[in-house]
Amino acid sequence: MASRRQVLSSAAGLLAGAAIGMPRMARAQQKRGGVLTAILNPEPPLLVLGLNQQAPTQLVAGKIYQGLLRYDFDLKPLPSLAKSWTVSPDGLTYTFTLQEGVKWHDGAPFTADDVVFSCTKFLPEVHPRARASFDRCESITAPDKGTVVFKLKEVFEPFLYAFLPAGAPMMPKHIYDGTDFRANPKNATPIGTGPFKFKEWVRGSHITLVRNDEYWKPGRPFLDGVTYRVIPDAAARALAIETGQVDLAQGNDVEAFDVQRLAALPHVELHKKGYETVAPISWIEINHRTAPFSDKRFRQAMMHAIDRDFIVKNIFFGLGRPASGPINTATRFHDAKSVKRYPYDTKKAEALLNEMGLKPGAGGVRARIKMMVLPYGEVWVRQAEYVKQALRRVGIDVTLESNDAGGWVKRIGDWDYETSFDFVSQFMDPAMGVARTYISSNIRRGVPFTNTMGYVNKRVDELFEQAPKQTDPAKAQAMYSELQAILTEDVPVVWLTELEFPVLINKKFRNVNIDANGPNSEFDEAYLA
Amino acid sequence: MGGRLGFIGQRLVKAVFVILGIIVLNFLLIRLAPGDPALVLAGEAGAADPKFLADLRREFGLDQPVWRQLLIYMQGILSFDLGFSYRQKQPILDLIMARLPQTVLLTGTALTFAIVVGVSLGAMAARHVGSWWDSAITTLALLVYAMPQFWLGLMLVLLFSVQLGWLPTFGMNTINSGFTGLDHALDVGRHLILPSLTLGLFFMAVYARLTRASMLEVADLDFVRTGRAKGLSEGRIQRRYILRNALLPVVTYAGLQAGYLVGGSILIETVFAWPGIGRLAFEAVLVRDYNLLLGIFIVASVLVIAFNLLTDILYTVVDPRIEMGT
Repeated sequence: MASRRQVLSSAAGLLAGAAIGMPRMARAQQKRGGVLTAILNPEPPLLVLGLNQQAPTQLVAGKIYQGLLRYDFDLKPLPSLAKSWTVSPDGLTYTFTLQEGVKWHDGAPFTADDVVFSCTKFLPEVHPRARASFDRCESITAPDKGTVVFKLKEVFEPFLYAFLPAGAPMMPKHIYDGTDFRANPKNATPIGTGPFKFKEWVRGSHITLVRNDEYWKPGRPFLDGVTYRVIPDAAARALAIETGQVDLAQGNDVEAFDVQRLAALPHVELHKKGYETVAPISWIEINHRTAPFSDKRFRQAMMHAIDRDFIVKNIFFGLGRPASGPINTATRFHDAKSVKRYPYDTKKAEALLNEMGLKPGAGGVRARIKMMVLPYGEVWVRQAEYVKQALRRVGIDVTLESNDAGGWVKRIGDWDYETSFDFVSQFMDPAMGVARTYISSNIRRGVPFTNTMGYVNKRVDELFEQAPKQTDPAKAQAMYSELQAILTEDVPVVWLTELEFPVLINKKFRNVNIDANGPNSEFDEAYLA
Repeated sequence: MGGRLGFIGQRLVKAVFVILGIIVLNFLLIRLAPGDPALVLAGEAGAADPKFLADLRREFGLDQPVWRQLLIYMQGILSFDLGFSYRQKQPILDLIMARLPQTVLLTGTALTFAIVVGVSLGAMAARHVGSWWDSAITTLALLVYAMPQFWLGLMLVLLFSVQLGWLPTFGMNTINSGFTGLDHALDVGRHLILPSLTLGLFFMAVYARLTRASMLEVADLDFVRTGRAKGLSEGRIQRRYILRNALLPVVTYAGLQAGYLVGGSILIETVFAWPGIGRLAFEAVLVRDYNLLLGIFIVASVLVIAFNLLTDILYTVVDPRIEMGT
């Protein structure tokens, strides 16, 4: 086997350690005190990050629990509970050195045993993504209290991207070992290593987190606490930001049409970064099992018939970017040059439909299709209405179908649909969040966010299989570039936008949004100016 | 008196069957909705694999046949156990009891306001029928009645919170304020004003119109004329003769409203982020939290039946001519 270069070394990580979230403001301005109040919507089911990774859970539990690593806006791994790490030249052994003096919120020491327990017992039992990550390991061992060694069965280059707090949160062994993890009574009072400790949860009203005075990073956190307020109504959330009753809104808290208005307020600052770890792409999911959807010309025609710039400008009010293919520009291995472009061109769309023999019938209609609307808020309804109009222009008559969240997931998972809007997170590397919806081995009826379209392409399967096994980034890039070319030719789904989520912060708070995990991050550098 | 007790006893026996019917019907109805709690959790997490779904369904008991699930549930009910919330991992009764007082505070305040102000305005309009007062009150009632509640709520918020800055826009209290005792009560009171006003204004309009119409009907009856002929003062005629006799429809309506008292208002609780039971029920539907939803139905139906019984008893107090038949 040809010699392989060491892909990632520890030195960079070590040096970066001092710089995580390094304040852009002068240090002198940082001071202790203040409570940041943030919006929480919807209310999470529980706060144990190992057991639940929904968006609202991540927001709150991201302050309580930590992962071994965190990631900067460009997805470079940074130290968190791991102080440094090395990858063996053969790409099979990952050795993490842990921070010293870390304690769980109940005072017990955090050691390598907790990491081994989390990655071999807790997470593989209850966490689908972590299960996939750690199934790749031949062994996970702790040679001493401060070191953990992951030995992989075969090379998986993006392995370092498995350590996001939500991807692999560290769970306390002394609390969970030997218990039924989901039924453990301690789930009501989460214990982590993070800068804030759980204090109180009044359901339907608020969750209070208070400063962890024993936090392992000296002098941190600056804030006395973080309070999350449950506010179910979008207009009320916008008002809460406007009147200064809350200091932070994120994700879908504020309707797209309200974002610019709020961002223009003198006390509010708008950030568009902070969601690079998820980097979702929205698309029109297509069930390939029936005509005309089985014909790629139909899907290509849909790509040409929809003006993605219009969607970004007028439906998302400038948030996000038009999507050109399967890999988000914020995700690793995106290659703008390899994708086949589908500029907005109704003539080309019509030509493709003509070529298929779909000629305009009565009222200019060539085909009638059904499309499920996403049940996650107003903006998706608007997008659906636009797409219906746009497709009607080329003779595709769309009947929009509404479901609530439960019904929508059920129909997608059961392949009981023709087309549907959807958005899927990418989790930093194509092997983590992109492959799952395109590879044929992941066609599993009844399970959402798999290859529910029924798309099958042997070469695509092969490339997704091989690319993460390359220790040479150039080789991996070549494979992913080929993948992007094939997928944009086949158009398994009609990509629409690379979603961006607004983070609206009261300017009196600084260093709130400082890494790729944005509002889900620890806030251990945040302070009240 | 024996008649009254027998009547109550018979009603209680009927109530047990009604509640049993509610449980079985709702148990089956909820399961007709597509998707289950495991799928919703998977959907929200944005990731799932077959093991994840199978584990959750086993944990929730959803891998059992429906008749068996119903049997297990009924066994629980008989021992006063409403079960666990799939999603919130808490006993259902705890979740409901944590929210019920807030809802009763909100709807109770709103209904008290609606009845007191509504009946007073209605009586005033009836007394001065055809006057400027009458027109003003009936127009106001119609206007408030026709206005969508969420819009009225938002307008009140814009005026009193955003423009004037007098009142908070959402929530039930100021978090981290450290208020106790009277300060806490005043704080809750400030938060209560806008939601209870928004909710109460609508019902106030109903009571005003109901009282006015009913009083005008009674005012034409013979006994009122007799009262006047006896030379009684107009105030006494209005209060003792007309209003008291006109109150029956108001009591009926208020009795029906009592169900609302415990069911809560999803809309108002949502717009004002009021942590009540209406929102809890709404969220339970969305996430298919079967046990929680059934628990809310059961508690609400027990209370509604109790209130209806109370209303029937109240009839005999308002109008002694009405007797309780067995």
